[in-house]
Amino acid sequence: MATVSDRVRNATTKQDIREVTTHFEGDKGILEVQTLNAWYGKTLAIKDISMSIRSRTITAIIGPSGCGKSTFIRCLNRMHEVSHGGRVSGSVLLDGKDIYARDVDPVTIRQRIGMVFQKPSPFPTMSIFDNVAAGLRLTRLWSRRGDLQEVVERSLRQAALWDEVKDKLNQSGASLSGGQQQRLCIARALAVAPEIILLDEPCSALDPAATLKIEDLMRNLAQEYTIVIVTHNMQQAARVSEWTAFFLLGEMIEYGKTVDIFSRPKDKRTEDYITGRFG
Amino acid sequence: MEYDAATMSPPPVKGRTFGRRRRFGDRIFSNLTLIFALVIVAILLGLVIVLNIEAAPSISKFGISFLGSSSWDVPKESFGALPAIYGTLLTSAIGVLIAVPISLGAAIFLVEMAPSWLRGPCSFLIEMLAAIPSVIIGLWGIYVLAPFMTPIERWLGGHLGFIPIFHGQVFGFSFLTAGVILTLMIIPIITAVSRDAIKAVPDHQREAMLALGATRWETIRRAVLPYCRSGLIGATILGLGRALGETMAVTMVIGNAYKLTPSLFSTGTTISSKIANEFGEASSGLFIASLVELALVLFGVTLLINVVARLLVWRLTAVKEAS
Repeated sequence: MATVSDRVRNATTKQDIREVTTHFEGDKGILEVQTLNAWYGKTLAIKDISMSIRSRTITAIIGPSGCGKSTFIRCLNRMHEVSHGGRVSGSVLLDGKDIYARDVDPVTIRQRIGMVFQKPSPFPTMSIFDNVAAGLRLTRLWSRRGDLQEVVERSLRQAALWDEVKDKLNQSGASLSGGQQQRLCIARALAVAPEIILLDEPCSALDPAATLKIEDLMRNLAQEYTIVIVTHNMQQAARVSEWTAFFLLGEMIEYGKTVDIFSRPKDKRTEDYITGRFG
Repeated sequence: MEYDAATMSPPPVKGRTFGRRRRFGDRIFSNLTLIFALVIVAILLGLVIVLNIEAAPSISKFGISFLGSSSWDVPKESFGALPAIYGTLLTSAIGVLIAVPISLGAAIFLVEMAPSWLRGPCSFLIEMLAAIPSVIIGLWGIYVLAPFMTPIERWLGGHLGFIPIFHGQVFGFSFLTAGVILTLMIIPIITAVSRDAIKAVPDHQREAMLALGATRWETIRRAVLPYCRSGLIGATILGLGRALGETMAVTMVIGNAYKLTPSLFSTGTTISSKIANEFGEASSGLFIASLVELALVLFGVTLLINVVARLLVWRLTAVKEAS
């Protein structure tokens, strides 16, 4: 298991070291969501969500389609405001600092909180190598080609893709299979050394074999990173996550340890959902 | 008996024949569309054949030297196309060079930056620019643009006169003025086509780049523009095609002198202006044949540029989809 000191050793920038060392403080969540509301135009998509996301765990957000789970996760790295008419109130504290504070640049937030989307979206004009390096090139901290190669290899290894692509790094990312593309996107997100990775239904476009690979990958990554995953697949949530939140119609109905949610749900609606009575 | 979709083939439907009539209709429709498609090919072929026949006297008299000669002497019946070809390529190049950055900027603004209430009116105005008849743009060129260009050309000549292209006497009517007129005329088409190309870039590409910590500009430069670059090249080619063939406005501001000079400030001509200017008065057979051959040359130049552009686009997309 890679420890904090491993990451410090691997980290080559000051920012990295700061990120690694400020990682975990007791039981307090690395992300504290406080009375978060989000709108699309005039439609309120999520209502008064407050929850604490713990460091180095996998937290799953489940719920039927249209329950606001994707909107919620997009609020966690300020991607919601990119959507047309997207608006947010409330606060999300990352290491105690509100990411919605006025003086915070969403660009720096997104470097610390990475995201992988439902549809695998490699950049088709870039090679596999360049896809992984894309985020690093933005930071301009990686002037030496050697550094870049090292990080690209490390990220691809972490994403369990290295062995499959090491001989064709110059080929287009679009030439990979769907599952490989999604792992490429995970590698791309890992390359910028985020603290938190948000996965928005990462397996919904994949076949069962590719899905299992990504789930294994998530378990490994959870040793170093905090992962929040949105999924409409309850079995997946049960398999990978430590914490689960159940969303319904824009509200968080229940949040707790995954084992408790799935074996002794407190709310009737949660029980109905996980036993398959609706959704 | 109950019908079970999983294990049985569909039950037969009685009193219904499958497809005969519909297939007949399909065939008529497909033949009809085939005819229409062939009509286009026929028109193009017919055009080339007629041009070749009409130009035959000139082709047989001057041969390949027609392309390399700068003479246009009606009494002596000695004709050559070089200055006109040069003028066409030069003015189109100026037009495209100035128009592409402006159009691309406008297209990026319209899709990525503009508030939605501004998008519609802006697009509409740009398309309106395309609807202005070229003779009106030409008039505007004579009365507004040419006088406006005179001091600019003088300034350029004063400061950069040591470069041959900025050397020479200034009249206001020049290759440069013609190029600027062409810029105005091709901006709408390049903007509109690039805007559609940029709009067609899926949002997940933008979001993927943003989520890596890219700014808006970095997202556009590194994700959006590369994704639609073949569309952008296509837009440029469309603009170039229009610039190569544009006649009226250019004729009105280029000065119509048949000479070959590096100076952008010099008066000159283009293939289409030459034809437009002289076809009405052309009397002798060889004179007319030479003008028709000029048209053939323009056709050839346009075709060549389109083929090159197609190859370029094809190569780019081939790289994109390489496996």
